[in-house]
Amino acid sequence: MATAVSILPAQQLATLEEAYRSSVSRKRLKAALAAAIFCAALVIAAFGAEVNLRTLFTYFGNFVSYFDRILTLESGARVWTDFPEWFWGWKKWLRMLGETVLISYVGTLTGAVFAFALNFFAAQNTSPAPWLRFAVRRLLEFARTVPGIVFALIFVIAFGLGPMAGVLAIAIHSTGALGKLFAEIVENADMKPVEGIRSTGASWLSCMRFAVLPQVSAGYASYALLRFEINVREASVMGFVGAGGIGQELVVAIHKFYYSDVSAILVTIIITVFIIDISTGWLRGRLFGKETRR
Amino acid sequence: MSQLPKPNTEELRAKYPSAFDRPASARLALPAMTVAALAVFVYGLVDLDFSPSRLIAGLSQLGWITMLMIPPNPGASFPLYMQALGETLSIALLGTTLAALLALPVSLLAARNIIPSNLIRFPVRRFLDSIRGVDTLIWALVWINVVGLGPFAGVLAIMVSDFGAFGKLFSEAIEAADRKQVEGIRASGGNTLHEIRFGLLPQVLPVIAGQVLYFIESNTRSATIIGIVGAGGIGLQLAEQIRVLEWQKVSFLILMILIAVAAIDFISSKLRFAIIGQRAVA
Repeated sequence: MATAVSILPAQQLATLEEAYRSSVSRKRLKAALAAAIFCAALVIAAFGAEVNLRTLFTYFGNFVSYFDRILTLESGARVWTDFPEWFWGWKKWLRMLGETVLISYVGTLTGAVFAFALNFFAAQNTSPAPWLRFAVRRLLEFARTVPGIVFALIFVIAFGLGPMAGVLAIAIHSTGALGKLFAEIVENADMKPVEGIRSTGASWLSCMRFAVLPQVSAGYASYALLRFEINVREASVMGFVGAGGIGQELVVAIHKFYYSDVSAILVTIIITVFIIDISTGWLRGRLFGKETRR
Repeated sequence: MSQLPKPNTEELRAKYPSAFDRPASARLALPAMTVAALAVFVYGLVDLDFSPSRLIAGLSQLGWITMLMIPPNPGASFPLYMQALGETLSIALLGTTLAALLALPVSLLAARNIIPSNLIRFPVRRFLDSIRGVDTLIWALVWINVVGLGPFAGVLAIMVSDFGAFGKLFSEAIEAADRKQVEGIRASGGNTLHEIRFGLLPQVLPVIAGQVLYFIESNTRSATIIGIVGAGGIGLQLAEQIRVLEWQKVSFLILMILIAVAAIDFISSKLRFAIIGQRAVA
């Protein structure tokens, strides 16, 4: 049988193989070194985090049996055999869930409005003055780096227990996160319309209104919807620190070992998050076409 | 100054009917949506007990708190706080790595080009979605019930909640991979495992490494707060100091978190550039 692939002469092949080997071995050495450093970091981290495999193996049964317990009714039957008993508090839970969604809605909208007001100052191409841009950027960075629940903890003390603290915490965090994304959209906008408007003698404000805004508003709405989705999840735990919503019920159920209630509340949270995810995804697809769905 | 000639509106109207006579539904859609959004907003404010007097009282209280926070001062607990910060970083690193290791095989099951059958893919994806639907803090509470208070519960909580996120992200990366390499391996007689190892993994590993680094960064943030429910790290100190109203210590802790997050941001973006190259990050 004739060979389809021609074989190179031996010495030519040898130099090629030599070059290949040395380049591969250098790469391998680098990878091995990186892996070793990474493993060392992991070991240090394991000591830092007090990882104890013995505890894990001893109590791993607890993890499995925890799910066993939260899926068992007080009568000893499985939860799904008796839905009315499992979801006995559904009226209250639905109200709390409604509150959770409302908290994230009001918080997201407030945050989006503030982000909208600030983002033109933060974007490189539209900011009227460098010092203003620097100040707004640092402000947004602060608002987005401090976790929302830390704001909630402080606001609960300032504004008292209740959903108001949760809304304000979500609003501040959303302002930070959305302000950055909005500013990035503005930086990607085409500047020719702005020059056109400015050449007619318009003020900075009219430039933003008539040249930038029409280009970027769809992107704004898309990001705001995405943020709403994330905030629903965040609002579901705001209750842990007393800032309203379903988290309050959940933390009580967990601490008081109302096992079947835990699973029922978790299921309602998961379903709510699904519904919000799917409906905002659908809405984004409707409003901005398929390509903006990410 | 010369004036422009007056536009001939009638002629323009005849020429561009779609611009002048838009149907009522198209013209009303935006105002109607705005009004609806505002109505829900106002209803929310009322339902959530917003009142101007409460807002003003709270803001003045907040002003006081801010005054009390200055200057940030750790008191005598600085070594303790550094240790707590180290604990937080350990939780983030370990939790993310474990999650990535666990998620990689599962994400293969959730990828359309590996498992064409909907029968396996659908339940795997819904399973990942359910894990993601539950917040990290809730997972932390569950794990505290299992292994007790402390940072280990935090590691496990981050591990589980990231497992859901990674499973989805990895499977998307795998689905975006090029088919041709895999076909090449198959043509040279490799089996399915060979296809995955030599055709698929070299394509997706850089993407995955970038995502893992990004998550270590964002998990530093999550790890700072899981201490609030008792799962170790700097959040534990933060929640305690807020509860006893030691505002100078609170502001110091917040400052520490900000600096730590900024440092991790810097390091991981450097590493990401090194792994996947300058232009792929964008």
